[in-house]
Amino acid sequence: MSDLKNIVLNYVKNEYLEEGDDREVDFNTPLISGGIVDSFSMVSLKRFLENKYNIQIPDAKATPDAFDTVNNIAELLKEFNIQ
Amino acid sequence: MAFPEAIRSIYKSELAGIRDAGIFKEERIICAPQNSEIEVEFPIGAAKQKVINMCANNYLGLSSHPDVVEAARKGLDHRGYGMSSVRFICGTQDIHKELEQKLTTFLGTEDTILFPSCMDANAGVFEAVLTDQDVMIADRLVHASIVDGMRLCKAMTDTFKHSDMAHLEEKLQLHEKARVKLIITDGSFSMDGDLAKLDKIVELAEKYGALVFVDDSHASGFIGKTGRGTHEQCGVMGKIDIITTTLGKALGGASGGCVSGRRELVEMCRQKARPYLFSNTIPPVVVSGAIRVLEIISKTTERRDKLEKNTIFWRKGLTEAGLIIKEGETPIVPVMLFNAKLSQDFARDLYAEGIYAVGFFFPVVPKGQARIRTQLSAAHEMHHLEKALAAFTKVGGKYDILHKTKQEIIDKYGM
Ligand SMILES: Cc1ncc(COP(=O)(O)O)c(C=O)c1O
Repeated sequence: MSDLKNIVLNYVKNEYLEEGDDREVDFNTPLISGGIVDSFSMVSLKRFLENKYNIQIPDAKATPDAFDTVNNIAELLKEFNIQ
Repeated sequence: MAFPEAIRSIYKSELAGIRDAGIFKEERIICAPQNSEIEVEFPIGAAKQKVINMCANNYLGLSSHPDVVEAARKGLDHRGYGMSSVRFICGTQDIHKELEQKLTTFLGTEDTILFPSCMDANAGVFEAVLTDQDVMIADRLVHASIVDGMRLCKAMTDTFKHSDMAHLEEKLQLHEKARVKLIITDGSFSMDGDLAKLDKIVELAEKYGALVFVDDSHASGFIGKTGRGTHEQCGVMGKIDIITTTLGKALGGASGGCVSGRRELVEMCRQKARPYLFSNTIPPVVVSGAIRVLEIISKTTERRDKLEKNTIFWRKGLTEAGLIIKEGETPIVPVMLFNAKLSQDFARDLYAEGIYAVGFFFPVVPKGQARIRTQLSAAHEMHHLEKALAAFTKVGGKYDILHKTKQEIIDKYGM
């Protein structure tokens, strides 16, 4: 489980933090409401999860809330039997 | 009671919040035509002061040029004051078509459509040419008006790290299947004064079958050997599918903007772009002035060459004085102070020395990157720049930041 969370967390750090941006990001950090992931850039996170775990996340489930923290994302992935 | 106290107080407290956050914007009153030397009343009610202007987008010094003013006056005489119509009803004069043709020639594109402003061009163009089968992949530092235009468009959005070509390539691979992939960037970035890597971007676009959009508002007229813009500087004239730019900066500075590029894309804007369809046409006086501007800068590169010389002098001078500037080659030269309050104090002291430049800090630039943005003009003479340099050096000495590293300045003043 925390393997999965670490994979997602690493992706978020590499994808969304600029070099020299030393903001702390953990499993509970608000990504979208906290301004780390803007709404224009959310799609790459969704695509990353879909490609990595070979799933299709319907747009209705890919809400800003469902993607707001690594913990939320882990919960969402449970629905796809990914732990 | 149309505006009850209970509602008024909502806005009063919101405005108070903006003041408390120290980000309340105040206008400075200029009591002269735009130029390198202006008379300013600031704060409102204070005695007027003559200052050297280091913060206008008047890159070519054409905003108050006598030839441009004269051409505008002729436009007023021959084509009137206003048109009282949008373009496609009865708002298109012969001079509007002439200006579009001249912009097409100048920018080296296939066709051009005028908009009331570049903000409007950016607001309208994406929705007009893209659908939900397409994707827009934007540099993370593009101008606010592009962000707004992308919001109005149904195409999927994605972003790449500022000028990071490896990241852009990843995104092009990720979205390989989209019908149209549009790479979106500013040509010259207005806060940092750096140029997009358009040669590399075009190479990637060709590799992945993507289109390229460039907002060249801070480049048209002076970047590149003959001032055509970032695409000329990067050797990719004719390869940019959509260029948007403004008439409100180097190209006379009055107002107006355009979308210039592939014939079919421009035609789609004529059919569908809402700010073109639903907002009034550019007034004849402005069109006439802009035509004259293009004639002047197509005939000789004298003004952009002078701007280039001024830029080199200014960048070298600030660096030798021991200030930290953002490296680059454009006439946008940010002097880095890192701390927001220091940037405000510095600007105030410069003003007292007769130099008008503005401090920028969060949220306009990232936290810890506060700066004074200086902008050169072909209207600056050497004596203006020498005086400005002396003032920067004096104020820099007062705050003891000359020949200091970024870390030393941050240690002294905080981020
Ligand atoms: C990069 C960029 N695009 C667009 C605009 C808007 O141009 P206009 O003033 O013509 O609306 C600006 C100017 O503020 C700009 O800097």
